[in-house]
Amino acid sequence: MRRFFLKAFLFKILCVEFNINKIRTEFPVLLREVYNKPIVYLDNAATTQKPKVVIDRLRDYYETENSNIHRGVHFMSQEATSAFEHARENVRAFINASSPSEIIFTKGTTESINLVARSFGKAFLRKGDEVVISMMEHHSNIVPWQMVCEDYGATLKVAEIRPSGEINLESLKSLLSDKTKMVAITHVSNALGTVNPVNEIVQLAHSYGAYVLIDGAQAVAHHQVDVQDMNCDFYCFSGHKMYGPMGIGVLYGKERLLDQMPPYQGGGEMISQVTFKKTTYNNLPFKFEAGTPNVAGVLGLEKAIGFLVNLGLKNISTYENQLLDYATKKIGDIDALTIFGKSKQKSGIVSFNLKGIHPFDAGTIIDKFGIAVRTGHLCTQPLIQFYNIPGFIRASFAVYNNKDEVDKLCVAIVKARDMLL
Amino acid sequence: MSIQETESLIIAEFENFEDWLEKYNYLIEMGKDLPMIDPKFKTKSNLITGCQSSVWLHAEYKNGLVFFSADSDAVITKGIVNLLIRVLSGQTTDAILNAELDFVNSIGLKEHLSPTRSNGLVSMIKQMKLYALAFKTKYETPQTTSENHG
Repeated sequence: MRRFFLKAFLFKILCVEFNINKIRTEFPVLLREVYNKPIVYLDNAATTQKPKVVIDRLRDYYETENSNIHRGVHFMSQEATSAFEHARENVRAFINASSPSEIIFTKGTTESINLVARSFGKAFLRKGDEVVISMMEHHSNIVPWQMVCEDYGATLKVAEIRPSGEINLESLKSLLSDKTKMVAITHVSNALGTVNPVNEIVQLAHSYGAYVLIDGAQAVAHHQVDVQDMNCDFYCFSGHKMYGPMGIGVLYGKERLLDQMPPYQGGGEMISQVTFKKTTYNNLPFKFEAGTPNVAGVLGLEKAIGFLVNLGLKNISTYENQLLDYATKKIGDIDALTIFGKSKQKSGIVSFNLKGIHPFDAGTIIDKFGIAVRTGHLCTQPLIQFYNIPGFIRASFAVYNNKDEVDKLCVAIVKARDMLL
Repeated sequence: MSIQETESLIIAEFENFEDWLEKYNYLIEMGKDLPMIDPKFKTKSNLITGCQSSVWLHAEYKNGLVFFSADSDAVITKGIVNLLIRVLSGQTTDAILNAELDFVNSIGLKEHLSPTRSNGLVSMIKQMKLYALAFKTKYETPQTTSENHG
């Protein structure tokens, strides 16, 4: 009991320090109503809302700076180019990569993973090789590997998870051998919230000579990421899940590996010299950035990073963990409700089901309360097969969510249960 | 009863509801009550998979009319499936093919028939019309008899 009060007290201090109300005013969309009720937005693992600094940056770029970057000698092109490369440097610093050449801009995590699967696959995967993923992966970290394994005659192996939603490291270890070329695993599970022991996994995989890709889509907005400390070979994330714009993402890759990989797409920007006989490719990172990039997206992403850095990732993690503890207790206390994902190390995601109730039905009723949660397979069909359920109901939190919203969610869940049971 | 008449009846029923809660309670009750399909027809080939919920649909042709039976794994979807069956089952193939199903808008359930809802209902209506078309082609189009030139 004392511990609970202590936790409640610390939470209060954090709220003050954090000034949640001020943070909320930075997100214009939080003012809107749905079904005549103020929106309670708890679908942040799908996409987060955008602070005004990000929205303003996109508008400013198109109103005053729009110009195609690189290759232009005129003033505005050079201005846009330096803004773009400045943003790349800030992304580098954000994840502590050793060089901006290691930062490739993509459409999002999905494209980042596909890029690696294709280009790494072509350079490194041979018949009989193995790629290891885990059972908790998002479809975007399953399907690209399936496709590329099929192309090169490699085998996809799947590490098991424990019912708690934690990775079974013994199972992962048992799959590793000198045939393993790649271990591709999520940093934070989008369905269960599990924070995987990525440092340990990287070390383990490297000891077998395998490379490691980490899907960081659900991690970067909530936890401090240092790719050099993690020592992963590739790290992927999306702008739109970290308060940035949609359609922009990042692939981090170790320079010596990216150098050995062939380009993903051909086109402008990625070339050094083109003749009809032979084309030579540009240096990193441009080799992997064919065509006009999403300049506004990159500049918006830079502002989103600024937003996160100003708040401080450590403060964000602490606040979100407190909110997660509160939500887990409060939601977990509801009768006939089961929470999936009880990992010790967990991010701000609570997935659950109501006994005997289809998640679609519960989601439909919860929506009528103006509460945005996600229902269904959450792009993790193998995971719902593992738990043998038709789907999840998922509440996922961001830095602007508060206890009041968790309380509202609980009222809606109870109402849905009582109507549907 | 014609399709229009059933639609009007349903619209009248829904006019009694004061808020969304009553409306959904009604849908849920309808969804819970009805065994709408013979279990032997709950086959894989009759399954229409939606991203959120799934629907099983079976169709039969008897005396110039098409009869549907269906089920869903989600009770609200099942309630709406029930409404669609009330409107379309027992109708002629032409009536089914021409049905616009405007009643869904009138009773405020349009969102459930949006293609983005992915609850299997849009595909279900498409499938009902396809059955009607198939039966029409099979049983109602005059067959060209092959003449015996022997």
